[in-house]
Amino acid sequence: MHPAPSVIVFTTLSGLGFGLLFFLGLGVPDVSGWVAFTFFAIAYALAVGGLLASTFHLGHPERALKAFSQWKSSWLSREGWCAVIALSVMGLYAIGVIFLGQSSGALGLIGALFSLATVFTTSMIYTQLKTIPRWNMKLTPVMFLSMSLAGGALLAGQTPIALPLLVIAAFVQMLYWRFGDKAFAASGTNMGTATGLGDRGTVRAFEPPHTGTNYLLREFVHVVGRKHAERLRVISFILAFFLPFLLLLVPFSHLFALLAVLSHLVGVALSRWLFFAQAEHVVGLYYGKR
Amino acid sequence: MTQLPQSTDRKMGLVIDLDTCVGCHACVISCKGWNTENYGAPLSDQDAYGADPSGTFLNRVHSYEVQPAESHAQLIHFPKSCLHCEDAPCVTVCPTGASYKRVEDGIVLVNESDCIGCGLCAWSCPYGARELDQAEGVMKKCTLCVDRIYNENLPEVDRVPSCVRTCPAGARHFGDLGDPNSDVSKLVAERDGMDLMPEMGTKPVNKYLPPRPKDTVEDQIDILAPLLAPVAEEPKGFISWLDKALDKLPGGSA
Repeated sequence: MHPAPSVIVFTTLSGLGFGLLFFLGLGVPDVSGWVAFTFFAIAYALAVGGLLASTFHLGHPERALKAFSQWKSSWLSREGWCAVIALSVMGLYAIGVIFLGQSSGALGLIGALFSLATVFTTSMIYTQLKTIPRWNMKLTPVMFLSMSLAGGALLAGQTPIALPLLVIAAFVQMLYWRFGDKAFAASGTNMGTATGLGDRGTVRAFEPPHTGTNYLLREFVHVVGRKHAERLRVISFILAFFLPFLLLLVPFSHLFALLAVLSHLVGVALSRWLFFAQAEHVVGLYYGKR
Repeated sequence: MTQLPQSTDRKMGLVIDLDTCVGCHACVISCKGWNTENYGAPLSDQDAYGADPSGTFLNRVHSYEVQPAESHAQLIHFPKSCLHCEDAPCVTVCPTGASYKRVEDGIVLVNESDCIGCGLCAWSCPYGARELDQAEGVMKKCTLCVDRIYNENLPEVDRVPSCVRTCPAGARHFGDLGDPNSDVSKLVAERDGMDLMPEMGTKPVNKYLPPRPKDTVEDQIDILAPLLAPVAEEPKGFISWLDKALDKLPGGSA
């Protein structure tokens, strides 16, 4: 798949932002006044910034409101609803925490649940696609949620929670890569089933429909940069999980905490780039590109 | 609405004969022509006369080589457009309701004024049937020429999709695949019409007729075999001497 910067920025930032909102909704850390304002400002900047970035790849962003209409069938529509509800409820909760010095536990809990639901619905947009076997796995939502929770705990400055969550997220990431690499072959879809000619012999793409490229090839048959995938995985793993883990182990300082968050952010963005760039769409089979 | 109908009154679709298609791409051109000039946003081209031309097409013809284990390779031309699936994943993923499947005839369409151009429907289609128009920012797909097939301003013979009307080889057939007595259904039954990527669970309405088996060259050669067999198994006389002499030179095979 084409790794569009808008979608990578969106899933990375909003995942982190909603992760932080989840912990803030649970009252972790238990803050008020200006400190609370800073926490909420960071969470909203990430979550809303990410959502705005996601509209950049639309052909008609001015019609984006129409996307709320099909929540009965569309995960993308459900994501829109969850995000709006999470941000609204957490906004009310934030007003209470920041200005009134009181927090409603129920409101925070609802906001926290919808924050997680937003991350889950985002992941389901990808998970539902049978056409991309690497995404069409139960591990995909687990990976999105575990990364969001680890990043949220890291941003919330909750070392005792962040350490185990980082280990879990790292483990899930490893599993995702391991099973993802086998997913396309395991799906049973190949040039034989794509053309229906597989039982007659070996099918080879002889001539593409056009001499030039097209939307399908640009969007679904991204191959550039795959050769560095293994190295990028190692770098992503070190930055997203290993380095923040080490930085949390040393005695707390704001500098180290900031470094841990930045390292995690870059690592997750890299992992998300790989998530798209390595995803193989079955339509590539028609072009002999799998 | 992007919820799929439980069932459709008719299942209008195409039957494509892979045995007959000659790969002339006439259907590609007529499709582009009709659908640029009629219903919906035109099918745009980018850099059409430049170094890197590309454009939106609703129908593309691939060519494949099939190499059986025992006999000769076969070239198969393979037109591909929207299959108007019964269980169309492109419809249910749409967040705005722009994509829909019609109850009356099963045609999958896009309401372009509702399309936000998110591209998710194209992601969900295994067949590459949907293309986001780069000029209009909306999703384009085969309409089964919905503006031809019911168009009473056209002579009756023209009330079929443009690709079907154009095909000079008669490789494309149009009709109701939900009616077991229709010509297209009979054709599918007779020729073992098949689905593309059945494992995707999309239940395509369009069917492909597999190529008929070819005569085998081995059977034919038997008649003339005595005449065609090589006369000299081993070189003799002067040729034999020359063969050995050349082999002995530096670089020879001996």
